[in-house]
Amino acid sequence: MDADSLLLSLELASGSGQGLSPDRRASLLTSLMLVKRDYRYDRVLFWGRILGLVADYYIAQGLSEDQLAQRKTLYSLNCTEWSLLPPATEEMVAQSSVVKGRFMGDPSYEYEHTELQKVNEGDKVFEEEIVVQIKEETRLVSVIDQIDKAVAIIPRGALFKTPFGPTHVNRTFEGLSLSEAKKLSSYFHFREPVELKNKTLLEKADLDPSLDFMDSLEHDIPKGSWSIQMERGNALVVLRSLLWPGLTFYHAPRTKHYGYIYVGTGEKNMDLPFML
Amino acid sequence: MGDLPPYPDRPPQQPPDRRTSQASQRQYSRDQVQPLAADPEEGQQIAPDAQRNAPGWSQRGSLSQQESLLMPRAFQAEEARIGSMEYPSMNTGFPLEFQPQPYSDESRIQAAEVTTSLMQRLQQGQSSLFQQLDSTFPEPPVNPLDPFNLYQTDQFSEGAQHGPYIRDDPALQFSPSELGFPHYSAEVPEPEPLELAVQNAKAYLLQTSISCDLSLYEHLVNLLTKILNQRPEDPLSVLESLNRTTQWEWFHPKLDTLRDEPEMQPTYEMAEKQKALFTRSGGGAEGEQEMEEEVGETPVPNIMETAFYFEQAGVGLSSDESFRIFLAMKQLAEQQPIHTCRFWGKILGMNRSYLVAEVEFREGEEEAEEEEVEEMTEGGEVMEAHGEEEGEEDEEKTVDIIPKPVWKPPPVIPKEESRSGANKYLYFVCNEPGLPWTRLPHVTPAQIVNARKIKKFFTGYLDAPVVSYPPFPGNEANYLRAQIARISAATQVSPLGFYQFSEEEGDEEEEGGAGRDSYEENPDFEGIPVLELVDSMANWVHHTQHILPQGRCTWVNPLQKTEEEEDLGEEEEKADEGPEEVEQEVGPPLLTPLSEDAEIMHLAPWTTRLSCSLCPQYSVAVVRSNLWPGAYAYASGKKFENIYIGWGHKYSPENFNPALPAPIQQEYPSGPEIMEMSDPTVEEEQALKAAQEQALGATEEEEEGEEEEEGEETDD
Repeated sequence: MDADSLLLSLELASGSGQGLSPDRRASLLTSLMLVKRDYRYDRVLFWGRILGLVADYYIAQGLSEDQLAQRKTLYSLNCTEWSLLPPATEEMVAQSSVVKGRFMGDPSYEYEHTELQKVNEGDKVFEEEIVVQIKEETRLVSVIDQIDKAVAIIPRGALFKTPFGPTHVNRTFEGLSLSEAKKLSSYFHFREPVELKNKTLLEKADLDPSLDFMDSLEHDIPKGSWSIQMERGNALVVLRSLLWPGLTFYHAPRTKHYGYIYVGTGEKNMDLPFML
Repeated sequence: MGDLPPYPDRPPQQPPDRRTSQASQRQYSRDQVQPLAADPEEGQQIAPDAQRNAPGWSQRGSLSQQESLLMPRAFQAEEARIGSMEYPSMNTGFPLEFQPQPYSDESRIQAAEVTTSLMQRLQQGQSSLFQQLDSTFPEPPVNPLDPFNLYQTDQFSEGAQHGPYIRDDPALQFSPSELGFPHYSAEVPEPEPLELAVQNAKAYLLQTSISCDLSLYEHLVNLLTKILNQRPEDPLSVLESLNRTTQWEWFHPKLDTLRDEPEMQPTYEMAEKQKALFTRSGGGAEGEQEMEEEVGETPVPNIMETAFYFEQAGVGLSSDESFRIFLAMKQLAEQQPIHTCRFWGKILGMNRSYLVAEVEFREGEEEAEEEEVEEMTEGGEVMEAHGEEEGEEDEEKTVDIIPKPVWKPPPVIPKEESRSGANKYLYFVCNEPGLPWTRLPHVTPAQIVNARKIKKFFTGYLDAPVVSYPPFPGNEANYLRAQIARISAATQVSPLGFYQFSEEEGDEEEEGGAGRDSYEENPDFEGIPVLELVDSMANWVHHTQHILPQGRCTWVNPLQKTEEEEDLGEEEEKADEGPEEVEQEVGPPLLTPLSEDAEIMHLAPWTTRLSCSLCPQYSVAVVRSNLWPGAYAYASGKKFENIYIGWGHKYSPENFNPALPAPIQQEYPSGPEIMEMSDPTVEEEQALKAAQEQALGATEEEEEGEEEEEGEETDD
């Protein structure tokens, strides 16, 4: 959610039950403003909160002019001091995929994972148990990256692309209509498109290249991993991801208020196929 | 904009030398354009603004063009050159085609006088202007991508009362540069070709498109009007979307102000329902001054206060939602005979969510909702289906009667009585405040046992079936109730000392061994300091009974014979009782501290926090369950409360392993007495038949032969 409209956004996203306490909100308002100034970001988003056992991580993201460029991620433990996280690499993601369970809440905590590795010593090949240490910070980075790629969404029409290249925020976005807001196809993944080129030419002919340049949610696997609901007496549409429980996207139809926040334990719901 | 056909007489593009003076004169040009916009005489305030914007719409997106257009005009105007003549011509041209919108800009109105003075100069000094222009007018390049500009000026000239002057302007008569020759003629061109050209251009623009009745001309007018009205920042970059919006508006005109939009119908209905919440019961309009005489105790708790404290912890719904929930519960209290009630929490579902209220009816008011749940034996645990093999020895072969199936379904554990154990409270649910509350049925042990084995999302509809394996005995309402029971049993906590056991000295070692199951509030509770609450889990206790593996809070021996079962042969019972001695299940007694809770794979089951680390003296202690994510409890001074907001599932670090299907039932063992033979195949049967027929035929022949010999007939 945009740091500029933090209070309203938190109120609209409160249907999932998790929010922020007043002291955190107050400190966020000031500290995000300073972050925007210091790092020279075009927009700062408050990404959410990852609940740990000892402490919680508060995550923010900074965007540059091009909305689809790689976002910079920052984390904080107390909403006042923010530290930049390194960008996620595939290696990091692979490494931390073996770690399961809750986050501790201490960024320097190291998970130990024993692996069997084949060690070649001359002619002999034997397996050795190696204890690999994975830092929680690495795990944090990879989880945020996975969540972003999988379930960060924006409504159709919120961004538009010009032939010059960069993707801009659409200042004339007036919100989705009620009927559009209930369809999954009106929401896009907030990342570089992956499935778009697989569409048939016939489908592509119906798309508007300035607006439909990202993947829509329609073809997400598994089907049914998004729950769309109307709240507040049909005045707010809320999408919740069932794959990463804790991600809430809200949008007030016919207004330009939208955003998403993740408040959860940072664990993927691998049981989803059983639960649908 | 789109491609417009090349126009024969192109009006000039600005001479390049004028562009060089842009930088210095940029400011001035804007100022110049503005005053002319306010020309009240002919009411063409749009003109210079549009003129300013128009050139900029070319796809190149460079400002230099528009500046260049402005500059020379301003420059000319300043020096009373032909540019100034173009201004009034533009102004006159506009009212014919455009619908000017008045711009209330004082500065422009003031500068109107400048305009008039310029126009006077124009009329007076035409000839001198022309000559000056001639000498210094180099060959301006033509910008084929700037059609709008071209047409505008042409249109201006069409309606210009100072027509001849414009046409005398060599800049206007510039011919395409592809020919490469400058056109410096100072002659007055014939009016007709230019006019004709302009009319052609306009006619082309006015032609209606195939799909609708509007023409490009009108669309451009609308678009420009919209832009000039809204004045978006950086209009060039939002041009595409503005274009699309304007196009969309053709097809969706806002016509009917009397009829509501059909789309918004559900929203309005919901709003009406919620409005009904806000009206006082029996009071009618808010203008009534009479307060209710009894501002007595209402069973509805102070939800706003609870919501405030939970907000400190970062949990809970927004405050207006909480208020609506409060009103909805008040409505519930009026409709049902309620003794106490509490907002239990919210369970999220896929299509809709549930708001759950935990209520206790007044004594004796319980409605008799006695469904014969005992008849439901669907919770049959097929795993224990070894009963089929029992009693084989009892088969009697003397009389060939159909053997009675010896398998008895496992005994159904009776559900707990109302107001006790897992059914201590009644639960009402609704989807949104304002909608009617629905009562959930009591939970049966079989449902709890099955609920432990499955993990399903709630859809939001109470009558939805729960499709799972092992099959859940009930629909979503039952599943919901079972989950509520589990969550309540596991996560309802209170500070140590808030509740105490009542003074009755019951025997702790009763037969059932269940211990005490009732508690009461401790009037002497002093409150535990918040810091202590956060430090140690021993300061919190469970105040709901733990649910045994059986599915109940108090243990019941399933083998206790009911009257029906005693009619069966006693021998069978003896055979059964041997292997099936059931141990009594014991769970932790009531008011067990949280420190005794089992860990989840090296994970503490509870996390405690201070709500605000910056001001510890005013914070509340918050306890969060790691086993049931979404369950929170706060305590501060003498107050505490529990709430659950979540999906309604237990947390497990391991992936969910669904129950495996039952093992394949064993076949009847083949012994010497009974041997399973395979059926003959069709070929074998046919072969046998053929062989038989042959044999029969052979014997018949023999017989016939004999008969013939004997001359007697034989029976077949």
